[in-house]
Amino acid sequence: MVRRNTYGELQKPGRSRTSDLLVPALFILLLALILFSLTLGRYPVPLRQVVHVILTTPLRARFNYTDVYRVVVEIVRMPRILTAVLCGMGLSLCGAAMQGVFRNPLVSPEIMGVSAGASFGGVLAIMLSFTPFGIVGMAFAFGLLALLVAFILARVAGKSNMLALVLSGVIVGAFFGALVGMAQYMADPMVKLPSIVYWILGSFVGATYEKTAIVAGAVLIAGTLLMMLRWRINLLSLGDVDAAALGININALRWVIICLVALIVAAQVSVSGTVGWVGLVIPHLARMLVGPDHTKLLPASAFLGGAYLLAMDDIARSIGSQEIPIGLLTAVIGAPVFAFLFWKLQGRGWARD
Amino acid sequence: MTEKALSFDDLGFAYNTGDWVLRSYSGIVTRGETFSILGPNGCGKTTLLRLLIGALHAQEGSVTHDGRFAFVPQLFQVTFSYTVLDMVLMGRARKVGLFSTPSSRDEEAALGALGRLDLADLAERPFDELSGGQRQLVIFARALATEADILILDEPTSSLDLRNQGIILEWIERLSKKEGLTVVFTTHHPHHAYAVSDTTMLMLGENHYLCGPTHEVMTEAHLHDLYGVELKRLAFEHKGRTMETFVPVYDMERSKGK
Repeated sequence: MVRRNTYGELQKPGRSRTSDLLVPALFILLLALILFSLTLGRYPVPLRQVVHVILTTPLRARFNYTDVYRVVVEIVRMPRILTAVLCGMGLSLCGAAMQGVFRNPLVSPEIMGVSAGASFGGVLAIMLSFTPFGIVGMAFAFGLLALLVAFILARVAGKSNMLALVLSGVIVGAFFGALVGMAQYMADPMVKLPSIVYWILGSFVGATYEKTAIVAGAVLIAGTLLMMLRWRINLLSLGDVDAAALGININALRWVIICLVALIVAAQVSVSGTVGWVGLVIPHLARMLVGPDHTKLLPASAFLGGAYLLAMDDIARSIGSQEIPIGLLTAVIGAPVFAFLFWKLQGRGWARD
Repeated sequence: MTEKALSFDDLGFAYNTGDWVLRSYSGIVTRGETFSILGPNGCGKTTLLRLLIGALHAQEGSVTHDGRFAFVPQLFQVTFSYTVLDMVLMGRARKVGLFSTPSSRDEEAALGALGRLDLADLAERPFDELSGGQRQLVIFARALATEADILILDEPTSSLDLRNQGIILEWIERLSKKEGLTVVFTTHHPHHAYAVSDTTMLMLGENHYLCGPTHEVMTEAHLHDLYGVELKRLAFEHKGRTMETFVPVYDMERSKGK
């Protein structure tokens, strides 16, 4: 007997395009959070005054130091808020780009050893009693040095494949991580150690417009370039053979992206210490919201990451009498929140096996 | 008439030094023709195609193309759950500027390519949720979206059911005969090569091959050499025409006629 099978209808109608609206919505959320954050703090500033201060910012004239609201909003809070937002945007953007390039959900911007290198640079500068600006400069320089070493290692390995890249990054990261540990071990426990530990844990305390400018420079320039290459990341994520067959210079493109990421990470670590977690998890959350297409994923990650790190910094500076290092808070509060979201959204965006 | 689209000359390749996968392989693919490559598993068909598309570099010999090619890989898996449209859009990589994203023209070309293969309904579906056959067709659509003039297909019919195999073969035929494209493909089905190709290469060994007009190269004796399996050329009538095909002979009890 011949049994007949009826083939079920294959398709459900096309997905709605709500994800197109999500990116602008996240941007608006970020702006709203920035305004709200400006009102937060020891000296409450009503939202109306915040808006007033921003709208009447004298561009050329000197600050009017008699206006308390203006001092609080523009000198005390604004640089810190902008730094937090830019760091969050930069890290998340980098994480999304790196996960795409490496086709691996466990990759974060730190993978190339840049943040470990930058940490060591900063720690070294603290031990040598550099000025705050010197610390920033050393961190930045060592971050890029770490990338250079990783690049040379991958070259020495002969193949520019993923495994060589990841391994050389891990090696460099481990080496600089160990150097940081040794520096901590040898540092004067009364004078240097506390500031080293505090610096490594990460904080936006003491943000100035100079520091903001450093992150802004890196995030705006490298971030814009990453953003412009976002569709190319889709192509890279197909794998080497296929991407090459589509006419992509995979090695050149991959290194350009890694260098841009390194620039952002080095700048971020140099002004605010190691802030882990954000660059790893925000891209996953963004992917669950807008899907895996990097043309939407990169902007969504940036806005979401900016808002997330700003929210964490708001909590860090307003929760108690003493500030909590942001690097701790991002994971302590973030982990349960993301555990819940992962359970809810089932890691959407990655292909099923 | 005999303009060259693609040629490879004295090609030699080894993954590990001295351990040649293929050696002194030469061939010329003429513009507008369909060129099939046959050979048993592991004979280096995929390696040869990768050499042709430049994903591997030969230690010996050279490859020259006279036109743009598009490649359809075998067994396609993705890391991210892209939509079908996103996948096909990626075929536009050469047309989209380094720092830009696909334009509405690219989107039209991608949707057009999907439409040509009757896949328009799948555009918004996640690629990883499709069946193997559907994936193959989508990647085929992606190759069409590149607007290349040389299509290089790695076992385009291998994971498809009979109806979809027929669709792909029809497309190969139509693209080369009506639209003047050059098609190079590998296959495990001699009757597919026999049905649509003009020139056939049989990969008999590391440095041993036969290449020539399909109907001259594909003989029962040569195919037996190639696969170590008996194949019969059958002629039959279909809609008033005499047609020919190859069938493997499996000498088993149940196969015997009454």
